[in-house]
This record gives sequence, structure tokens and C-alpha cells, in this order.
Amino acid sequence: MTTLPQSTRTKLGLVIDLDTCVGCHACVISCKGWNTENYGAPLSDMDAYGAEPEGTFLNRVHSFEVKRDTAPPMVVHFPKSCLHCDNAPCVTVCPTGASYKRAEDGIVLVNESACIGCGLCAWACPYGAREMDGVEKVMKKCTLCVDRIYNENLPEEDREPACVRTCPAGARHFGDLADPESAVSQLVAARGGMDLMPEQGTAPVNKYLPPRPRDTLTTPDLASLCDSAPEAATGFLGWLDRALERL
Amino acid sequence: MHPAPSLILFTVLSGAGFGLLVWLGIGLRAPTGVAAFLVFGMGYALAGAGLLASAFHLGHPERALLAFTQWRSSWLSREAVLATATLAVMAPHAAGSVFAAAPMPVFGWLGAALALATVVATAMIYTQIRAVPRWHHWSTPPVFVLASLAAGALFVGRTGLALGLLLALAVAMIAHWVAGDRQFERAGSTMGSATGLGALGRVRLLEPPHSGQNYLLREMVHVIGRKHAYKLRLIALGFGALLPALLLVLPASYVGFGLALMSHLTGLLAQRWLFFAEAEHVVGLYYGKR
Repeated sequence: MTTLPQSTRTKLGLVIDLDTCVGCHACVISCKGWNTENYGAPLSDMDAYGAEPEGTFLNRVHSFEVKRDTAPPMVVHFPKSCLHCDNAPCVTVCPTGASYKRAEDGIVLVNESACIGCGLCAWACPYGAREMDGVEKVMKKCTLCVDRIYNENLPEEDREPACVRTCPAGARHFGDLADPESAVSQLVAARGGMDLMPEQGTAPVNKYLPPRPRDTLTTPDLASLCDSAPEAATGFLGWLDRALERL
Repeated sequence: MHPAPSLILFTVLSGAGFGLLVWLGIGLRAPTGVAAFLVFGMGYALAGAGLLASAFHLGHPERALLAFTQWRSSWLSREAVLATATLAVMAPHAAGSVFAAAPMPVFGWLGAALALATVVATAMIYTQIRAVPRWHHWSTPPVFVLASLAAGALFVGRTGLALGLLLALAVAMIAHWVAGDRQFERAGSTMGSATGLGALGRVRLLEPPHSGQNYLLREMVHVIGRKHAYKLRLIALGFGALLPALLLVLPASYVGFGLALMSHLTGLLAQRWLFFAEAEHVVGLYYGKR
């Protein structure tokens, strides 16, 4: 059913620490690896060894620069995947019932065998969290590694999403965001966790922790260390310069 | 948004077809025999061709029947249900007109209501998408509905009605463009809100997540098409509404109606192309593009 559940028993999701992420893209690769080898259609690559390679990914890392008036610019690496929104616009637009949000844990999933590949859910998502697989022509999205987190065949420490398990910086956290006592909820409360594009009304479950305030240094006037503009040439070279300018 | 030819053809053709069926359903023209066969056939062919073109847009058309199941929440599903219901409910009225010279107004009126609802559902598929601020505005459905009804009125050859609808369409298109130009700002999504970093300073993209293309960029970050937006708006307005209106003011003739209809459909193709090409999706903000 593509109507959203009134509420979900738990809200499993990710908390991503923008202060700690070093932009190594390891989460991108582990996500691609796990989700190519396990649940659902493999994540395809197109023209992988050709001139214009591209692929289907469920998680991508953007890097932004924040220019500040009174401090040097700051670089922020920004991993982005499905936010498993409480008010998921991608679910309600689905004409076939392939998209759904689970009442038990709030994970937004796609039943690939019911997906007609119309692409409307990808249009409805403001975050670009859904990508049509280039080969299978069904919609792919983050499953929160639903085939890992409940999988009793895996050692207990592996029962978390592949991106969280692999992150070498510890910038990704997984847990129940409906439980105020959970480690992730505590982290969100302590660090001022935020929603992406709250104005879109999606009520995302995943939260992002903003960069912590940095030390401020008294920066020297860097511009004064540069060469000033070369003086205008005189004599023959000056005449040549002016003559060429006039041409 | 990527202006997919299949979607442009679908919305224009099936819009015109359902518009024609609206007027035939309420008996604005009540032809019988061969004449009825031709006009009802035209309505069914246009509506059907549009639906067929939309199927080409699907990754898995063989599962298309599932699209009739989620009408409770999905406008796309509602459109599928309404379109099929229109063609089915209108059938006795059409068959009666063609074969027995006996129109069946009950089926006709009900079919007309369903045809109109189908066009509204098509428009709502786009209007509901909040992530595309230009579409997410009350001015979107009037453009679809008026374009559909105007094309229908041209097909049934009602001068006064077509003239009024074409002028209303002109106003609706202008309103949609003027309002649409402000919608992205009004929606309030910026690179700052998309990244949550806006409070710290001015955000710009330093490195995209990948060096090549991807589905999102191809489908939702279409920047090429907007270059000639103003010229295309003039073409859409001129060919889609004003020129056909002018042709209708001239003494009535079959040639005049034919030309008006061709001009209208040409203009609408330009309008629909722009409808997609000009629409900016907020996901572009993550790529430093709009």
C-alpha cells in the first residue's frame, strides 16, 4: 500500500556527522558492494571501461565549501542517501504499490517485482535518493541494509548498514530515532542534529550533525603577500604593448 | 526536468482526445453513422495513442496493470483508472451514435465527467510534486484542462466556444509562467537549506560526488532547454492560442478550423516541452545547479 503508516513502532535511521566525515567515499563503495551482491537487482554500471562511465548508487558523497564573512572558508563532505522520511512523498505517488514505508521500523523500501519503472517516485523525492537502475529499469534506493540489520547469520557487530560498518572516521551512526534514550537520539540532541530541506515537509528520519565551531586564528592579510599588478612597461615594449592593444 | 518526447506527446495527444470526448459526451455535437464513427474514432485514437506513448516511458510496461491498484494515494494510478473508465463508459454512447443513430446521454455525460477528471488527474501528477516548485502551483491544472477543452472544441468545430477557451488558455499559460518564475524562490529551498549549512555561510559545490553523468542529472537537472525559454513562450502563446483564435474570427471554413487545430497542437507541443524543460527540481541544489 502506498498510503503512509500513521506512525511507526520504531524509526530506524542514520545520523551523519558532517564534522567528522573526511570524504573518503568508503561508504559509497561498501554500499555499492553490499547492494550489488545481496538483496534485489544488482546496482549496474554502464560503459564501465569506456569514455563515459556511470553507475547506479544508493549513497553518494558531495563536497561543499562554505564561505564565511569573518573566517576562512570551510570544506564539508556531505554523504547523501535516502532519509526514510516520515512523510515520504516518494511512497504516495507510486501507482503500483511497489514503494512502501514499513509500519514496524519506518524503513522505506521498493518491491522490485512490482515496480514498473515509471520514475515518478524519483521525481517526488527532493533529495535525489532514488535512482532507476540503468540495466534492470527498476527503482533502486537505500534499504538501510534491511538484509543485514536483522540477519542472524551475521556476527552481531555486522548487523548494521554497510556504510556505517565501514566508515573509518566513525561519522555514521545507526539506531532508533523514535527512542529518545537511544545513542543516536542522544547524539542528535547533544549536537543539534538537523533535517535537510525542512521546508519540503518530508519530515526526514535521518539527521545530520552540523560541523562543530572551529578555532579561530588571526589570519594574516594574505593579499598583501601577493605580487601587485606589474607596472606598465615603458620604451619599446610599452609601445609594442600599446600597439597590440590597439589592433 | 528532462523533456521526454513520450510524455510530451502523451499529455498533448491524450489531452486533446479526452477534450474531444468531453464535448461529444455532453452532446455538443451529436453526429450519427459515419460522421460519428470519424469523430468518436478520433477521440478514442488520440486518447489511446497518448496512453500507448506513455507506456513507452515505463521501464517495465509488462507490469502496467499494477498501476490500477493504488488510486487511494497516487494521482498516476487515478489517471490510469479514470482514463480506462472514460473509454469504457463512453463506449455505449459512441457505439449507439455510430451504429444505431441512438446516442445514450447517460453514458455520454458520465463519460464526459470521467474524461474531464482524467485530464485533471494528469495535471495533478505534476502539480502534486513539491520538489518541482514551478509545477507545485494552482496554475498548473487550468493550463492542462483549458488546453484539452480548447482542442476538443476545435475538433467539434464550435467557433464561439473554441474562441473563448483559447483566450482563457492564453491567460492561463501566462499566469502559469509568471507565477512559475517566482515559485522556486517562494519554495525557499536553497543550497543552504539542502545541506543544512546555510547558517554557517554561503554554500557552493566544491566537488560533485562523481565525475560522470547519472540518472538524477539526466532526469531532473536539465539546464540546456531554458536558453530559448522566452522565444518558446512566444511560440507556445502565438501558435497555441492567439493564431488559432485569429483564424476562428475569420469567416468559418473547414480549412480555417483545420489550420487552427494544427496551429494549436503545434503551440501546445512547444508549451509542453517548456513545461518540462523550464521546471527546476530542488535536487539540482546538491549539484550546484538549478
